Amino acid sequence: MTPLLEVSHVCHAYHTLSGETQALSDLTFSVDEGEFLVIVGPSGCGKSTLLSLLFGLIPAEEGTIRLRQSPLDEHQTKIGYMLQKDHLFEWRTVYRNVILGLEIQKKETPENLAHVEQMLKDYGLFAFKDSRPSELSGGMRQRAALIRTLALDPSLLLLDEPFSALDYQTRLNVCDDVYAIIKKEKKTAILVTHDLSEAISMADRVLILSKRPARICRILEIRFSDKNLIPMQRRQAPEFKNYFNEIWKELNANG
Amino acid sequence: MDKNPISSSQAEYVRNHRRHHHLVAFLRFLFFFLFLMLWEISADLNWIDAFIFSSPGRVLGTILDMSKDCSIFRHTGITLYETLLSFLLVILVSFLTATILWFSGTVSEILEPWLVILNSLPKSALAPLLIVWLGANTRTIIVAGMSVAVFGSIISMYTAFKDTDEEKIKLIHTLGGSRLQVLRCVVIPSSLPSIISILKVNIGLCLVGVIIGEFLAAREGLGYLIIYASQIFKLNYLITALIILCIIAFGLYQIIQSLEHHIRKTRSL
Repeated sequence: MTPLLEVSHVCHAYHTLSGETQALSDLTFSVDEGEFLVIVGPSGCGKSTLLSLLFGLIPAEEGTIRLRQSPLDEHQTKIGYMLQKDHLFEWRTVYRNVILGLEIQKKETPENLAHVEQMLKDYGLFAFKDSRPSELSGGMRQRAALIRTLALDPSLLLLDEPFSALDYQTRLNVCDDVYAIIKKEKKTAILVTHDLSEAISMADRVLILSKRPARICRILEIRFSDKNLIPMQRRQAPEFKNYFNEIWKELNANG
Repeated sequence: MDKNPISSSQAEYVRNHRRHHHLVAFLRFLFFFLFLMLWEISADLNWIDAFIFSSPGRVLGTILDMSKDCSIFRHTGITLYETLLSFLLVILVSFLTATILWFSGTVSEILEPWLVILNSLPKSALAPLLIVWLGANTRTIIVAGMSVAVFGSIISMYTAFKDTDEEKIKLIHTLGGSRLQVLRCVVIPSSLPSIISILKVNIGLCLVGVIIGEFLAAREGLGYLIIYASQIFKLNYLITALIILCIIAFGLYQIIQSLEHHIRKTRSL
């Protein structure tokens, strides 16, 4: 099986008048269909830059990124991107927020709208569809933001520290929710985080980046003896501690 | 809220709040009433020269006089019409210009110093030039009204557009939106509160500009009435015109205010 996403020899630098900052150096990796890849690395190492490159918001200076074996620009709408904050618009109702993507791409077909309604029902937001975002809890807002991304039915989902703005308790719950939703909708996902526990609790594989300029230190396969654990249960599994120590050591050796 | 029984301390708080409001409203009215009384009495007892300072009674008389031949309505109507028209044009022009500036960073970089210079220029200095260019007519007055407000309005509106949260703009891009959709879905809705306060400032500025224009280039309107009255020393007319201007300024501001309430309620900003 060919991988869904192939990244080969990608380099990227930021340019300012005072000089050039190398952000990413020679990254090569791939993501399979249905896989959950988590990227960890020290803060400021270029994780978000990498996601912007993968989405095609900014073109890579060197190297190639291919989705289903063709260049990125042919796939703009096939990739969903979830930002750090939910950015739900207060001047729209929850429903009009989640269909924003469909509205922008003029894809408000009956099937797509029915899919959105079904997701709102499945993920406990249907009763709030005519409310304003400010009436939702932090976790509900994040779910709404995820539904907004999933409404466009992307084949690849990019998540840029989507839980970092939440308090710890909400964070653990939303982590379970989002994981369940992504698995239920059978999406391939790449999540960026600096929280190692979060990474281990959700990932099929963890990609460890070094500090800037970021290169790949290691790609670690995460295997739990019970395959159907939800993130919260994984945190209590015996393997968890070992993976944590392993990634911790790797980060410190290269940090 | 009305489902729960209100506690006595809450009721006390609400009562105090209302009482304060009523007190302020009453004292405002009382202040106004006392001012009118004092003005009238000092004029009647010759403490002040009623020829120069007029008096509430004389103003009322003037209004009644001028109502008979409808001239007061004509002057007020003309000033109102010119102010509203220049206000609408200011909003239209500054919205379009701000949009263009927002779309093109280069254009805005080129134009910014010019806008700042034009904005700091005393606009009353332009009025004589406008008369030469456009003639002594309504067109000149409307352009004079616009000239006072338009440059500041463009700058404020462009600043409001530019201050839009970059992350919200990025969101639209991640949903595959174009720059036009960024403008429609994020930039304009999130700038709406600033746009309303720009409206509030500009309605007053347009009135200032229209009066300046009428001083110089009109045969009708409150500005003309003021100049005419001062030249023939009919200060009753002048003060009447000033009072009507106060009422117009207040009324126009109230209209924008209620527009703001309406928008805030329907869009829950």
